[in-house]
Amino acid sequence: MALTKADMAERLFDDLGLNKREAKEMVELFFEQVRHSLEEGAQVKLSGFGNFDLREKKQRPGRNPKTGEEIPISARRVVTFRPGQKLKARVEAYAGSE
Amino acid sequence: MTKSELIEVITKNQHHLRQADVEEAVKCIIEQMSEALASGERIEIRGFGSFSLHYRPPRQGRNPKTGETVALAGKYVPHFKPGKELRERVNGQDD
Repeated sequence: MALTKADMAERLFDDLGLNKREAKEMVELFFEQVRHSLEEGAQVKLSGFGNFDLREKKQRPGRNPKTGEEIPISARRVVTFRPGQKLKARVEAYAGSE
Repeated sequence: MTKSELIEVITKNQHHLRQADVEEAVKCIIEQMSEALASGERIEIRGFGSFSLHYRPPRQGRNPKTGETVALAGKYVPHFKPGKELRERVNGQDD
């Protein structure tokens, strides 16, 4: 099972008493505003969780894995996530059982 | 953008909740995501991306001060894979 937007909205309803529509809207806005900031070129720092950073990648040689043909991978801007200390510590403690 | 700026911009973009409520909601969302990962659960947000854990096997480390080797246990680290919409918007190809 994976955590989804529906699960998050459900918890806003259960724990904070937002109504269903508000809860759903809040979760949508959360992710949309993070996307929007990154789209505008601004990193997003969520203390206690981690940072979403932007990196500029130069063009590099690539290959079509099916045909073996060489095709350059164009220069692009990508998002990277750097977990914060607190999240890293919490996750490190996970012993693993899957 | 920081967490407090995110709270402000969300407050401006909706008309039902006061900033204090939005703050609670944002903290609740972040806490749920942390809890999920801390318990080994994935997070899947369509159009945004997915978070999962990657395993780092045990290795021999070194104390940088003394040069002594130390055995480091295996551990899990959070990993984020951006979704298609996020990748395209960040790279300026949204339609």
